[in-house]
Amino acid sequence: MRIAIASGKGGTGKTTVAVNLAISLAEHEPVQLVDCDVEEPNDHIFLHFRADQVRSVAKLLPRVDENLCTHCGKCAEACEFKAIAIIGNKILVYNDLCHGCGLCAMVCPTGAITETPHELGVIELGEADGFQFARGVLNIGEAMATPIIHELKDELHPNHLAILDAPPGTGCPTIAAIHGADIALLVTESTPFGLHDLRAAVGVARSLSVPVAVIINRYGIGDNRVESYCAAEGIPIVLKIPFSREIASLYSRGIPFVKELTEWRDRFIVLHEALKKVATS
Amino acid sequence: MKHTLFLSGKGGTGKTSLAGAFAVLTQEKVLADCDVDAANLYLLLEPQIVSEGVFQGIKLAIKDNDKCTACGKCREVCRFRAIDEQFNIDSYMCEGCGACAYVCPTDAITLSLVDCGRWYTAATRLGPLAGAELYPGEETSGKLVAMVKEKAMKLAEEAELQTLLSDGSPGIGCPVIASISGVSSVILVTEPTLSGLHDLERILGVVEHFGVPAYLVINKADLNTTISTQIEGFAQRRKLAILGQIPYDDKVTKMMIQGKSAVEDQESPAGKAMREIFSRFAEILK
Repeated sequence: MRIAIASGKGGTGKTTVAVNLAISLAEHEPVQLVDCDVEEPNDHIFLHFRADQVRSVAKLLPRVDENLCTHCGKCAEACEFKAIAIIGNKILVYNDLCHGCGLCAMVCPTGAITETPHELGVIELGEADGFQFARGVLNIGEAMATPIIHELKDELHPNHLAILDAPPGTGCPTIAAIHGADIALLVTESTPFGLHDLRAAVGVARSLSVPVAVIINRYGIGDNRVESYCAAEGIPIVLKIPFSREIASLYSRGIPFVKELTEWRDRFIVLHEALKKVATS
Repeated sequence: MKHTLFLSGKGGTGKTSLAGAFAVLTQEKVLADCDVDAANLYLLLEPQIVSEGVFQGIKLAIKDNDKCTACGKCREVCRFRAIDEQFNIDSYMCEGCGACAYVCPTDAITLSLVDCGRWYTAATRLGPLAGAELYPGEETSGKLVAMVKEKAMKLAEEAELQTLLSDGSPGIGCPVIASISGVSSVILVTEPTLSGLHDLERILGVVEHFGVPAYLVINKADLNTTISTQIEGFAQRRKLAILGQIPYDDKVTKMMIQGKSAVEDQESPAGKAMREIFSRFAEILK
C-alpha cells in the first residue's frame, strides 16, 4: 500500500503524521518512509538517518556550438518554454526556464546543440529508526522539484508499506507525490485557512482518482468547520490529534511524539487499519 | 515601487497572518496573493471581484488515436514518463514540451492549451487585491504567480500607489522563485522549531541568491525559547536583521475565524507585537 500524506496548507502536521506513523508501523511490518518535500525536507530532523547512498538528479541543458550554429532560429521557435533565444548573431539559453526536454537538439539542422547534465538536487537512501528512508533535496536556486520526486518514487520497494510525505500546496510537486498512491491522507486544522486548502487538496486527490481520508491536527483550536465539510462530502475523519503544548514542544525539538507518548503507537496502528478500508472501498 | 514579499520556506509559520496585519496597518497599497496553490489572504479581506479571467498556462500533448500507428517514437523521446507502454499520454506527467508531436510520423499528436486556473482583481476592505487560484490537479503555478504580479503592478499603476504587499507560498521552488523577482524586500517568517530553522536557512539561501534584502520575524517565539535564541544566533551570523518576535496567541486564530487580523483586536498580544514589527519595518524603509 502506498499512503501519500498531503494537506494543501503548509504547517498542518504532515511531517508529524508521516514520521510517527512510520515509527509506529515499522514494529509490525516493513515500512518505507519517503520525504517528497524536496524543497523543505524535514523528516530527517526527527530520525536517526545516515545516507548509505546519495545520487545526483539532473536535467539536460542545451549547449550550443557557436561554430556550427547558423542562427536559423529553429530551436527558439520549437522551445515551448522560451528557454532559448536568438538575438542578432547571438544565441542565449536561459537555464532556469529550460525543462530539459531535448527538443532544441532534435530540431537543430546542423547538430550544433548537445546536452549536458545540470544538477537539480540529490536523493539520499538509507535506513532510519528501523525502516527504509529516502529523501530528496532540491538545490538552492533551482525551480524544478518534480524530477527529484519521480526519482524518489522509483526507489519504492514493492513489498513495503510506503509512506510518502508530500510537499504543501496543490501544484506540480504535490501532484507528483500523490499520483499513483492508494490513499491520500490529508492533514488539516479546523480554521478558515485549513479548510480552504483542504478543499483544494481534496480536489487534487480526486482529480487523480486517489481516495481521501482526513486527520484533524491541533484539534480544539478553531471550530467545527472541517467536520461539517467532511460529513457533507462523505470524507472519513480517521484521526484527531489534540492541540497540546507537549506535542508542540516535542515537535519543536525534533522528537517524534510516539517516542514519549507511547499510547499513540496503537492509535497509529488503528489508523492504518482504517486507511486500508478507505483505500479498498 | 516598494514591493514587500512574505516568505517562510516552511509552511504554516504565519506568512498570511503577518501579511494580513501589514495590510491593515499600511495606508495606501495594493495587495497580491502569490500563493496560488493555497490562496488564503482573501479570507481576511472581504473581496468584491472587479475583473477575472481564465489562465491558460501550458500546453499538453493530445493524441488522435485514429492517426496513431503505435510506432512508439513518442515514448522514446519523452523525458517526463508521460507516455505509457500502450502509448497513452498521462496529462499529469506531460510537461507540454512537444517533443512527441515533433517526432510523430503521422501527426497524431498536437499540443493544445489547457485552462489551468483563474485570476482575478478585487476591491477589498483593505485595498485593491490581485490573486489567482490553480484549478485542482493543474500545474504551472510559477506562471500563474508571474501573472498575479503583473495584475497587481497594473492595479498599483492605475491607482497611483507606491506600495505592494505580496503573500508568498511555502517552499523554495518554482512559485517562490517566480514571486521573488523584482521585489524590494522579503520578510521571512519563521517559528522556533528545528524544522523552522532548517527551512529558514534554505529560503534565506534562495533570497540571497536573488540578491533581495531580507528581514526576519520569529512567530510563536515563546513556544520554544531555546530554539528562538538559536534562531537569533543564526540571524546574527548571516547578518539577517530581526524585525521582532510574536508570542503564541490563540486570538490570532479567533480573529481569523471572524475574517480579521490579530492587529484588529487591541487586546491581542500577537497583534501588539505585529504593530511593533510593522513600525520597525516602516522605519527601515524610510
